[in-house]
Amino acid sequence: MSMLTIKNLGMNFSGFKALNGINLEIEEGEKHAVLGPNGAGKTTFFNCLTGQLKPTDGVTHYKGKKITGLTPSRIVNLGIARSFQRINIYPKLSVFENVQVALIADKGMMFNLIRPGAALFRDETAKMLELVNLSAEADETAGLMSYGKQKQLELAIALSSEPDLLLLDEPTAGMSPQETVDSIKLIGDIAAKRKLTLLFTEHDMQVVFSIADRMSVLHHGELIATGSPDEVRNNQEVRRIYLGEHADDAA
Amino acid sequence: MFNNPVLTFIQLMNGISLGMNLFIIAAGLTLILGVLRVLNFAHGAFYMMGGYICFSLVGLFAGLPGGFWLAVVGSAIALAAFAWVVETTMLRHLYDRDHLYQLLFTFALVMIISDLVRFNWGTNVLSVSLPNGFRGATDLGISFYPTYRLLLTGMGIFVAISMWYFVNKTRAGRFVRAARQDREMLESLGINVGRVYMLVFVAGSALAGLGGALAAPAVSLAPGMDAEIIVQCFIIVIIGGLGSLGGAFVGALMLGLLKSFGVMLIPNFEIVLIYLMMVIVLMFRPWGLLGKPEAK
Amino acid sequence: MITQRNMILLGIAFVALALVPAVSGLFLVYLVTEIMIFALFALSFNLLLGYGGLISFGHAAYFAIGAYACAVLLTTLGWPFLFGFGAAILLSAVSAAVIGYFCVKLTEIYFSMLTLAFAQLVWAIAFKWVAVTNGDTGFTGVAVPGWMDEPVRFFYFTLIVLAVCAYMLWRIVNSAYGMTLVATRENYNRAEFIGVNVRRIQLVAFVLAGTFAGVAGALFTLFNHAVFVENAWWTQSAEVMIMSILGGVGSFVGPAVGAAILLILDRSLAEITVYWPTVLGIILLAVLFFFPEGLMGVAKKAGRKGK
Repeated sequence: MSMLTIKNLGMNFSGFKALNGINLEIEEGEKHAVLGPNGAGKTTFFNCLTGQLKPTDGVTHYKGKKITGLTPSRIVNLGIARSFQRINIYPKLSVFENVQVALIADKGMMFNLIRPGAALFRDETAKMLELVNLSAEADETAGLMSYGKQKQLELAIALSSEPDLLLLDEPTAGMSPQETVDSIKLIGDIAAKRKLTLLFTEHDMQVVFSIADRMSVLHHGELIATGSPDEVRNNQEVRRIYLGEHADDAA
Repeated sequence: MFNNPVLTFIQLMNGISLGMNLFIIAAGLTLILGVLRVLNFAHGAFYMMGGYICFSLVGLFAGLPGGFWLAVVGSAIALAAFAWVVETTMLRHLYDRDHLYQLLFTFALVMIISDLVRFNWGTNVLSVSLPNGFRGATDLGISFYPTYRLLLTGMGIFVAISMWYFVNKTRAGRFVRAARQDREMLESLGINVGRVYMLVFVAGSALAGLGGALAAPAVSLAPGMDAEIIVQCFIIVIIGGLGSLGGAFVGALMLGLLKSFGVMLIPNFEIVLIYLMMVIVLMFRPWGLLGKPEAK
Repeated sequence: MITQRNMILLGIAFVALALVPAVSGLFLVYLVTEIMIFALFALSFNLLLGYGGLISFGHAAYFAIGAYACAVLLTTLGWPFLFGFGAAILLSAVSAAVIGYFCVKLTEIYFSMLTLAFAQLVWAIAFKWVAVTNGDTGFTGVAVPGWMDEPVRFFYFTLIVLAVCAYMLWRIVNSAYGMTLVATRENYNRAEFIGVNVRRIQLVAFVLAGTFAGVAGALFTLFNHAVFVENAWWTQSAEVMIMSILGGVGSFVGPAVGAAILLILDRSLAEITVYWPTVLGIILLAVLFFFPEGLMGVAKKAGRKGK
């Protein structure tokens, strides 16, 4: 059985079909990239999977359990975590607290009125920061760090939910070339170390080929190809639409 | 009570005239709420100022023909000017802040204005005499009815029609509608959003002044009249839907009728019923009866 | 953060308060008692505003429910003190749970308005249910137990209740729950995506805040031997908000300090000028435009500069 089974997923914004008839299966351990130019529906796709949006059509099963219609927090509790294209952290809290709160939530301590929060899961938090190379920044105010570091922090927050399936929305968007290389290596290492199943969107082909073992291409809300990187690269329609229209991105 | 058609008719007329007066005030509030997103607790204080200014202007214009009407227009203009000062010197610097700060700003205004009123007009109850030609009662067939209250009803309908025309049929009205829905779009069209906000605040406050001035002969002017009216206006705006003029119209009528009939049907609990209505609308249709849910 | 320095400061404040009756006249004993009651009310409110980022516009409701329930249970029904006092607080908690359940479903301006609507409903009931509340005239002649019906004794009773409640609130805001609540304030969406049921977190804050407001309300009834409909009117909700902002919502004690400032100003200025609301209005404007973090914010900054 697949880890994630998406059947006929559709999202209709008062007449505009942002997603249409998406069928996709993600196997455990897979590193699956969703490609597509801006506006192809990648973020909407993620929002529909994670409960941010209620899809107007179709169902998604995660480990055999239907997750369509559940709230984001329920879906996270089932083991799906995500990062966002636009950085989504607690900008005024310290880096350490950003992660600590995620661990408190993950360990089900969030309704504990007695235990001082600041004393909880300190080791685990430190370890998580070490994993994403933010140990030195633990006491900094999260929102004041560089863009790349904030992205790393968001990764740490998502990982703190101990997901089996991690969704990353444009993990390298807005990064410098060097930051992109570093962060892709980091994501690849972590996924390997933690045996994560990875589903991520990207607009940069280079990034995709370096870590994905399967990929799909979204175009105008429809999935036009799914397969191994080579298969997709050689797909006629993909070449025509994606490479033709967005030669710059692909170069 | 319904077996007495005359009484029922009078209560109906009372409800409508009260509703129409409330509409004028609530229309200003809903405009400000819809466009600026400011919960303006000072709106009631503006209404009160309108009433008191009207009182003074009536005295000032006592000799002139149509003096009362000059006073009414003068009150609206005075409130517009006052709102302009408030907006340009203070309020506009708070738009980017959390709505808590805007709320507190309007509290500060409430406190200062109610003292201004006390300082200037004292704490005694004042009343404005009815304007010439509207003193008596008019025969409506079923019964006689106070002419001035008929006028209040007419004014409310007049304001409703003018505002509907302005918002839906004029260029400036289009900007107001756009600002209500999508600030960013308006900005991208190159429109000075700050100016739209200022004008909406000034116009909305002028309506409060107008409502207060028109109400002055029908109610008694006393400190504290602001705290009550603002709650009623919030009820209307909530029931109708934030920013919806049609909603404010329906809400004002509902409130007016509920108040006039409620007193007879459930003499002690009409107020409870009114708040219950507000709670129920918010619970099940927070965007109001005639409003639209906001896209997330 | 629970630091030793803060604990010591709070300890000193407690001892200083405890000494008030020994060194001052009755006027000050009354004033400080009232300040302590409203300080508790403001502290409860700040759980919502400062920590949860929830702008409740109807916090007076739970104060009033606690106050009226205490009055009715002790006087009309003649319950023994501890049962009546406890049940009044429980009733505030239950009301906050029921009302909060609906309120936390809404956000921002709609949340504020629904809290206002419910509070006005509570006011309307207090106003019109004359048989129980005595309506407009107010519920007077509350049966306060003899052992506390003496200014200094009541002062110490209030001080102990305040100390216990403040300690509990202090533990709560620093707890794992408190941290999670702050996270929901900072970023609702991110909190959802670490698996937090944000509404439930907010509901808990609502209930806790309502409970402690009920304690303050019950104390108020015992203090005044009376409770009035004005205590449920929206201006009372506005007042607690003003207290919190004056003192500063960004710190735990800020709102309590704000309560003290407001009441002291009220008592001292009301004697000098009848236009004291204007003075308060101007102070509020100054805070809004120049010191948005309130007095405690200013104090903290000064403290940092001093180092």
